Amino acid sequence: MSSKTPADPRPLSPFMLGQYYRFQWTSLLSFAHRITGIGLTAGALLVVGWLTAMAGGPKIYAMVGPHITAWYGQILLFCWTWALMYHLGNGVRHLFWDVGMGFDLKTAERSGYAVVLVSLVLTVAAWAVARLA
Amino acid sequence: MAQFSLPQNSKIDKAASKTFKAPAGSKNVKTFKIYRYDPETGANPRVDNYEVDMDSCGPMVLDALIKIKNETDATLTFRRSCREGICGSCAMNIDGTNTLACIKSCDEIKGDVSIYPLPHMPVVKDLVPDLTHFYAQLASIEPWLKTDSAAPTRERLQSEADRAKLDGLYECILCACCSTSCPSYWWNSDRYLGPAILLQAYRWLVDSRDEATGERLDALEDPFKLYRCHTIMNCSKTCPKGLNPAKAIAEVKKMVVERKI
Repeated sequence: MSSKTPADPRPLSPFMLGQYYRFQWTSLLSFAHRITGIGLTAGALLVVGWLTAMAGGPKIYAMVGPHITAWYGQILLFCWTWALMYHLGNGVRHLFWDVGMGFDLKTAERSGYAVVLVSLVLTVAAWAVARLA
Repeated sequence: MAQFSLPQNSKIDKAASKTFKAPAGSKNVKTFKIYRYDPETGANPRVDNYEVDMDSCGPMVLDALIKIKNETDATLTFRRSCREGICGSCAMNIDGTNTLACIKSCDEIKGDVSIYPLPHMPVVKDLVPDLTHFYAQLASIEPWLKTDSAAPTRERLQSEADRAKLDGLYECILCACCSTSCPSYWWNSDRYLGPAILLQAYRWLVDSRDEATGERLDALEDPFKLYRCHTIMNCSKTCPKGLNPAKAIAEVKKMVVERKI
């Protein structure tokens, strides 16, 4: 950027997370928030596909339905349920931050543990309700 | 754009690594793995291993660096000055987090001690990063008292409560540990100001004597300058002075919103 001799570019110092910069609990959760957000976007497209298939009638739905009930479909659905619950919970954590609350390091780390715990409980609860219904 | 690997000229050449053995008979040996880059050869960076006899070395990482430079390898280059955590010169990536070498105890680190320059910065030599851009960003927020009212005949006074608002802000020594720990800053430092500079911006925004609050907020209200902060909190976690830049940034975001309602 500021090298006086651009013909001799300076190397960039190592930065990669994990390898050179340790993951912190808060940074890990932040990345999880981003990744679950991307996962949910992909999941939303598949939900649209599922609805479209339903609207298309039994023949078209027969091409989609078995994939959802298959073991891989169920695993994906379970992951998406957790992603939704985590993203939701962490979103609430972000709302507290937006009003300036919970920035103390200990509080921020504890609220992270709380969000992970709540997301797991909600995921299991959602599946339990779905199975019993 | 997010970047997940080093450019070709920055990759660490593992084959070029050198090892400097501790003197024979040393009983308490610790190995320091230190990033080396020599601009005169222009060769890719390497990591050298220095074995240090800790029985004849001071307690801090900076003591070890100085001992290596004095006794083992005079070419090892790093910044240092006050050796008591107030100048910010010896900021570097030690054992995977940024801190000041002078106040980081060697005993805290289990096993070998890895030392790299502050992350994702252009390297001048060895552990010395180029901070020109960081300082230019500091200058861009105009970190001085700005007033329109006539200069008083004596100091501009502040209530104790107003003065207390500067606590946790004025202590910043601009070592750049926080900014260079921030993934957003790694990937957007061309436009994102980063935690250190935003904490400084807040320091002037809350100063009761400053009369340019509106202009300062106008300048910061930008998708990149301010809003690349995603509350990752690496900044607050790593600050060697125990400050909380993430909180300061949140307060700036609040001030931007609050003046509209």
